Amino acid sequence: MPLKKDTLAGLAFIGFALLFGLTAATTLPAGTATRMGPGYFPILLSGLLGLIGLAILVTGILAGSQTVGSVPRRGLAAILATPIVFGATVAGLGMVASLLLTTMVACLASPTIRPRTLLGVTIGLTLFSVAVFHYALGLNLSLFGPWLPV
Amino acid sequence: MDLFSNLALGLSVATDPSNLIYCFIGALLGTLIGILPGVGPTATIAMLLPITFSLAPETSIIMLAGIYYGAQYGGSTTAILLNLPGESSSAVTAIDGYQMARNGRAGSALAIAAIGSFVAGTLATFVVAAFAQPLTRLALQFGPAEYFSLILFGLISSIALAHGSFLKALAMIVLGLLMGIVGTDLYTGTPRFTFGILEISDGIDFVAVAVGLFGVAEIVRNLEAGVSREGTVSAITSLMPTREELARSVKPILRGTGLGAVLGILPGGGALLASFASYALEKKLSAHPEQFGRGAVEGVAGPESANNAGAQSSFIPMLTLGIPSNAVMALIIGAMVIQGIVPGPTVITQQPKLFWGIIASMWIGNAMLLVLNLPLVGLWVKMLRIPYSVLFPAIIVFSAIGVYSVESNSFAVYTISVFGLLGYALAKLDCEPAPLLLGFVLGPMLEEQLRRAMIVGRGDPAIFVQRPISAGLLIAAAALLFIILLPLVRQKRDAVFVED
Repeated sequence: MPLKKDTLAGLAFIGFALLFGLTAATTLPAGTATRMGPGYFPILLSGLLGLIGLAILVTGILAGSQTVGSVPRRGLAAILATPIVFGATVAGLGMVASLLLTTMVACLASPTIRPRTLLGVTIGLTLFSVAVFHYALGLNLSLFGPWLPV
Repeated sequence: MDLFSNLALGLSVATDPSNLIYCFIGALLGTLIGILPGVGPTATIAMLLPITFSLAPETSIIMLAGIYYGAQYGGSTTAILLNLPGESSSAVTAIDGYQMARNGRAGSALAIAAIGSFVAGTLATFVVAAFAQPLTRLALQFGPAEYFSLILFGLISSIALAHGSFLKALAMIVLGLLMGIVGTDLYTGTPRFTFGILEISDGIDFVAVAVGLFGVAEIVRNLEAGVSREGTVSAITSLMPTREELARSVKPILRGTGLGAVLGILPGGGALLASFASYALEKKLSAHPEQFGRGAVEGVAGPESANNAGAQSSFIPMLTLGIPSNAVMALIIGAMVIQGIVPGPTVITQQPKLFWGIIASMWIGNAMLLVLNLPLVGLWVKMLRIPYSVLFPAIIVFSAIGVYSVESNSFAVYTISVFGLLGYALAKLDCEPAPLLLGFVLGPMLEEQLRRAMIVGRGDPAIFVQRPISAGLLIAAAALLFIILLPLVRQKRDAVFVED
């Protein structure tokens, strides 16, 4: 069965409502209406979100909705990996090496990119970022990190 | 102090050399991203937020504001010359602006758009200045019950004026509210929804959320759709509009300014809605409605004035009440909080330099934009040659550096990816990210006002209807909800957004 937009959206909101609602109900004291505890407002909101999610689900099933359509898997994976690569390597490798790696991963998101363009963008963007963030804005990021033998 | 001495104080702040430079940078960047399709002001401001931390508070807000209204100018240039609206708020300008360009009136259309924007920007600056003080005075009488009802009203009207499914927008707001209160509960010190992760005990990083929802998710959607840049640029012969064109533009510019200024103040409003409403209005009032779509100058003058006026007057609720009316204002509130300023009615009395400086800088920025846009139009069109495959790695790399630089915190950078995925997935399901961001910013405020109001009211929710201002706001919110849910109005509302 193809996945319908409204069905999925309804289920997603119900899922979030359960996640927040159950966590709040089991770990946070609700308190009273006069002295609200940390759990009162979240439980209220989760209940509301669950109801709205249910309404989206039901109206979606009754009225029918469009299917989700294709997802650019390669682009999505590369784009989402980019911040993770940067976050994981910037302290160890330093700005220069980390940015070279990060930019390359980002460029891979484009399905039609040629090797020459990739190389050019990677080097150009790294130099530009170092110039702007390190020299012009003076951000306290070291250029070379402890993982490098230099 | 009266209006003019306040504006004089503002002018002295705004003409400070470093503020002038950052105002110029903001306007320049705004124009640039306005021209480039696929890069919006929300993503750009989110990306640049971390960089502004090292600047003085007024300087940073002046620059961020410049990006927002600068984008309104830039977006119209490509809409007219290439039929490619750089911003969604310029989409209607493309209808008649591009036809004017094909009729050989490209220069004239650009000039009318720039003049309209400038007139609107100038008048809207005075509107903001005039409304600020009375609203602030009113806001100072607000107690927790009034604030709670006001935020509720704001959230509901942001749905009313947004397009798309009502239920989904509502769900996104509630989800945003929930995500906004992740972190340590201020009253009891209890960690909430942190799942043992130390890095989010102060809440989820706001900048990372904004960059993920708007920057990253937008890139993936563009990669999916393919950003097209092709098209022939119409030649620009003369920038001078004819006397007749100018005469026909005067009234649409003034009407557009008025409409934009009013719609901008409403939560959920701002530039986009203003431009669509103005186009519909001009078409209705025109003696020759059949010319619309074939190069009617009114169809350029009205919406271009309206979107600029709307962009500016949407600062009013943000500056006076501390309530953002759209995603860009939510980001600017975030910038103020990070600078240690509590947004709200106290800003005008405690930070008069900041407050009036921002307002005055809007007018200066508009003057700069007029100069930037008309003579340099050829240069801006050349910028369109930058391929998207160069642009998107830059956006995402800058975002990552910016978010990391705030606290040298890798976890915040990972948050970008999490919210990028969430934003993309939800957009795929036709759920707009803007209501989620509004909820995220307003969540902690809404909860705090609710708790305080309930303490004042001794646990009786009747306090919200017993206090007249609060009751009025709740009635307004309920009325709005009723109007949205009337199917007839729904169809009409959709019709405004579907232009033939």
